[in-house]
Amino acid sequence: MSQEHVLKVENLVMHFGGIKALNDVNFDIQRGSVSALIGPNGAGKTTVFNCLTGFYKATGGKITLSAGGKETSVIKVLGEPFQPADFFSPVAFVRRLKYKMFGGSHLVNRAGLARTFQNIRLFKEMSVVENLLVAQHMRVNRSLIAGILNTKAYQKAEEEALERVFYWLGVVDLVDSANRLAGELSYGQQRRLEIARAMCTNPEIVCLDEPAAGLNPSETEALTKMIRVLRDEHNTTVLLIEHDMGMVMDISDYIVVLDHGEVIAKGGPDDIKNNPKVIAAYLGAEEDDEEVTL
Amino acid sequence: MSQAVGINFKKSSIDALIAGFLALILFGPIVGVLLDGYKFDFEFDRVAWIVAIVAVGRFAVSSFFQTEKGVAMAFRYANNNEGATVLAPNHKSKMVWIIPLVIAVGLLIPFVASKYVLTVVILGLIYVLLGLGLNIVVGLAGLLDLGFVGFYAIGAYGLALGYENLGLGFWSMLPIAAILAAVAGAILGFPVLRMHGDYLAIVTLGFGEIIRLVLTNWASFTHGPNGISAPLPTLFGLEFKRRSRDGETFHEFFNLPYDSAYKYMFIYIVLFAVVWAVLFIKHRLVKMPIGRAWEALREDEIACRSLGLNHVLVKLSAFMLGASTGGLAGVFFATYQGFINPSSFTFFESALILAIVVLGGMGSTLGVVIAAFFLTVLPEMLREFAEYRVLMFGILMVVMMIWKPRGIVRVTRTGFAPRKGAVK
Repeated sequence: MSQEHVLKVENLVMHFGGIKALNDVNFDIQRGSVSALIGPNGAGKTTVFNCLTGFYKATGGKITLSAGGKETSVIKVLGEPFQPADFFSPVAFVRRLKYKMFGGSHLVNRAGLARTFQNIRLFKEMSVVENLLVAQHMRVNRSLIAGILNTKAYQKAEEEALERVFYWLGVVDLVDSANRLAGELSYGQQRRLEIARAMCTNPEIVCLDEPAAGLNPSETEALTKMIRVLRDEHNTTVLLIEHDMGMVMDISDYIVVLDHGEVIAKGGPDDIKNNPKVIAAYLGAEEDDEEVTL
Repeated sequence: MSQAVGINFKKSSIDALIAGFLALILFGPIVGVLLDGYKFDFEFDRVAWIVAIVAVGRFAVSSFFQTEKGVAMAFRYANNNEGATVLAPNHKSKMVWIIPLVIAVGLLIPFVASKYVLTVVILGLIYVLLGLGLNIVVGLAGLLDLGFVGFYAIGAYGLALGYENLGLGFWSMLPIAAILAAVAGAILGFPVLRMHGDYLAIVTLGFGEIIRLVLTNWASFTHGPNGISAPLPTLFGLEFKRRSRDGETFHEFFNLPYDSAYKYMFIYIVLFAVVWAVLFIKHRLVKMPIGRAWEALREDEIACRSLGLNHVLVKLSAFMLGASTGGLAGVFFATYQGFINPSSFTFFESALILAIVVLGGMGSTLGVVIAAFFLTVLPEMLREFAEYRVLMFGILMVVMMIWKPRGIVRVTRTGFAPRKGAVK
């Protein structure tokens, strides 16, 4: 696979018991692009997100993340059931056992994919700065001895972490609230803090689940600007789920439309706007209404 | 609170009258009527005194709550449901003065206090250790552990059995017991990693009971309910006994008359040093990445995973570090008692340790220290009311949960001075 696609989803299937939430979903995300995943309510957008980020283990298919110079199979790191062949190959057996015992969605994040949540999940009883420090867990000095003795190397690592914290607080315009509890912030501030927290894990692709939900128009505009900053200044690929069509059409380079667990259209904003299938999915089957524009 | 504060004496007088009247109804028949054989006498002056004291007291309280200070105090107690507060970046803790003072007083205690007081303080310090250990698991990582006494038992029996079977003394068992307890913590931690809240509490409760039942029933190894004796610590090989079979004793070496208080003094000083060491490590841990990860896990496990934190290792580390502190406490308990049996490690102990953590304020180190002393020293002071101890304990917990649900000491968070941001 080329380096051009940061994320490749092939034949993704997700069943919950008898309910087929996703049926054969395929799409690729271009490196350095802003892509959107849209669709009516219940189309399976958040299910796709949860599969990509490792919170659901997909029933079938392949999700390949190529970040940090290597390819990661998202489904494999979550721990797959043993196959008969594993019992004859100790290496494969040990690898599978390792992922089964210590695997999980945290490995997806370490491979370079960060996410935010539809219902904000901040550490509410911790301060804003601490929220962003937790996100840098994998990048600071975690040695117990160094920390207890407060060595030079430890202090340096903590200072660098704090510098990154204040950089990202600057980007999301929260420097003045640095020493407040995350739970005390207003809704819009919490949304921005969650994006900053995701970015502090140093991802190559960041998945935003309805980042503009509950924001007023001026806040949405600020968010649009911020997403452009992520893409242009930090070379981060952005994948978002959003219902605000104005924002989606404004910001996206590429749009994937889902309906009933299937991809019904993908392409640039202009293609999607005029796609009859998309219009039908959003407004119902009768297509005699000519004035509909998205 | 900006209005002019004047004391409304009319209101205070009415309050005083009502309180006095209620006192009259309540104390009149109880105090005022004195049985004397088959007849009774009226004692009006006693009732009058009591009613007067109540009325004057109510008048004083009522007036106080109308002053500026009183209003501020009432306001403070009415708003006690707030969570943590973030300290200012340049906050200077008063602890800089208090800690040396406490250390100085603590070092004086063994030389001025009686043997009885010393043993009570030792018990208090053991519970401080237990509280600090459980505080990591419950207060910081948010994993409700009802079987903490299991680790305490492992530490205590580790010392006794290590001495009996392997000839290991106090000093070698102190680190080994901590490691043993940590391993037990990992063994308990691993299967319960996927559980939360109530389920976790029940499994850990079972773990504590398993340890106690094994100690009771494996009589060939642990001597069962008969118990087992534990060795005393030694000072560079000098024993604290009256006579030593091998080598010299402490009082012979220093040409002192024998006194059984010496051993308690020595245990106290060692324990005091260990408690301060644990307090220091705890203080550092909270500010370190691992401490932040524990607290983040308590707040939201799913968000933790989305940030690349391995929740398995974070939970295991909390269990292991908490358990090792419990193991240390167990070693001190065994050496201080000189004799242990399984009845010291019942579920009631677990509940007591949990009460210390909850009462002190989840995650607050200072609160745990205060609560540990409060809950161990108070029952000693109330020896006469021994039968009502558990009842008092229950009432105290209920009252605390109503008035101060967040514990005695409110959790504070470190503030960080803003600085220039930079990314590499």
